[in-house]
Amino acid sequence: MDGYETILAELHFLKGMEKEHLEAIADCAAYVRFQKGQFLFREGEFAHRFYMISSGKVALEIFTPGRGPVTVETIEDGEVLGWSWLFEPYRWHFDALALTDITAVGFDGLCLRGKCDANHDLGYDMVTRFSQVITARLQATRLALLDVYSSQPDMPIVSKG
Amino acid sequence: MTATITAPHTHTVAHPSPMLPKLYTVDGVRQETADTFTLEIKPPTGELCPRFLPGQFNMLYIFGVGEMAISISGDPWWRSSCVHTVRAVGTATKAICNLQPGDTIGVRGPFGTSWPGPELLGKDVVLAAGGIGLAPLRPTIYTILADRNRYGRVNLLYGARTPNDLLYTDELSRWRDRPDFNLAVTVDTADRGWFGNVGVVTTLIPKIQFDPANTVAVICGPEIMMRFTIMELQKRGITSDNIYISMERNMKCAVGLCGHCQLGPEFICKDGPVFRFDHLDGLFGKREL
Repeated sequence: MDGYETILAELHFLKGMEKEHLEAIADCAAYVRFQKGQFLFREGEFAHRFYMISSGKVALEIFTPGRGPVTVETIEDGEVLGWSWLFEPYRWHFDALALTDITAVGFDGLCLRGKCDANHDLGYDMVTRFSQVITARLQATRLALLDVYSSQPDMPIVSKG
Repeated sequence: MTATITAPHTHTVAHPSPMLPKLYTVDGVRQETADTFTLEIKPPTGELCPRFLPGQFNMLYIFGVGEMAISISGDPWWRSSCVHTVRAVGTATKAICNLQPGDTIGVRGPFGTSWPGPELLGKDVVLAAGGIGLAPLRPTIYTILADRNRYGRVNLLYGARTPNDLLYTDELSRWRDRPDFNLAVTVDTADRGWFGNVGVVTTLIPKIQFDPANTVAVICGPEIMMRFTIMELQKRGITSDNIYISMERNMKCAVGLCGHCQLGPEFICKDGPVFRFDHLDGLFGKREL
């Protein structure tokens, strides 16, 4: 993806990244498209990529016996999809289904891990950026776990309807 | 006997005998979700419903069962009937949801403070609703849409548990079609076939457009949802004096006499339920309260 550092620099996830690092990761990037209904990846497959979604919406699903596929999160324009490429055992934990046609920048995880191993400053930068995404999603997940909209029949308080 | 209830954000509402329920007749019941119903009630013949302000509530009395504080969820300009959306979670609310057209219900109100009105004019507005919290916000949405040109960008963020728990689905479709109104709906979890967002309502905040210096946010939902929403809005630069929330406590008298709904020095029924967030400094989220 030669010469695309400028485009990458405009992605929110890579905002403020040094030019040298942008050039390095541009070597590992490629534009990709998926059609509505296509899987970007499936649970258990080798996680060799991650995506920055340019347009469209992806559902992260997990298959539940008796219920079928359940969507636990959606990822859309400007957001990052996938971090399993970064950590062993490099396997996807969810299915990623395109709910719409998708355009994205895909990054080759093997290529990027190699760059990060060779340049620890770049590695630290990438891990820091992914940590922010992971933290935000962990906090959202914790909030979802509270199930704040569930019925609470013993609560003697109703003023909101 | 006449008592005067002060709504600090807007104006004063006068009640003849605020402790005495007036008999209304159920005109219609609409099932919104598995456990949530919208009730349309009519005042005695020849009367109009009292004026109310968005965010205010009525005390609805099911004789022999109990009385509950329920926010008014209809159009403030429509006075021939009064609308409440009720979730059946306890004995009294289940009894309310079981009412049929023609049944009688006791009504006291309206009571309490209102959502900001003039404070929203010329501003970008972020309305964030969680679960049944959309019901108390709906009168404000009607007010904004009736005079849309007087406001800046308007965002409604609405989170629910599942797609089946979404309220007012017909209206959501109409609001979604408006080019001058940004509706973002999300659910905590969904089966395949739902093409909308999945994630908690706070995840919508980074995706919307507003000018933080010229924005008022209005939030209604479970307290923990409001807490996290406030944090996200503050991250985006909205200050506490431009955030309004609606508090829930166990309301009984609705006029600040019995103390059941006391939150520190505030009576939620009289000084709230709507508060400007900076006025709750030190009270919101305090464990002992």
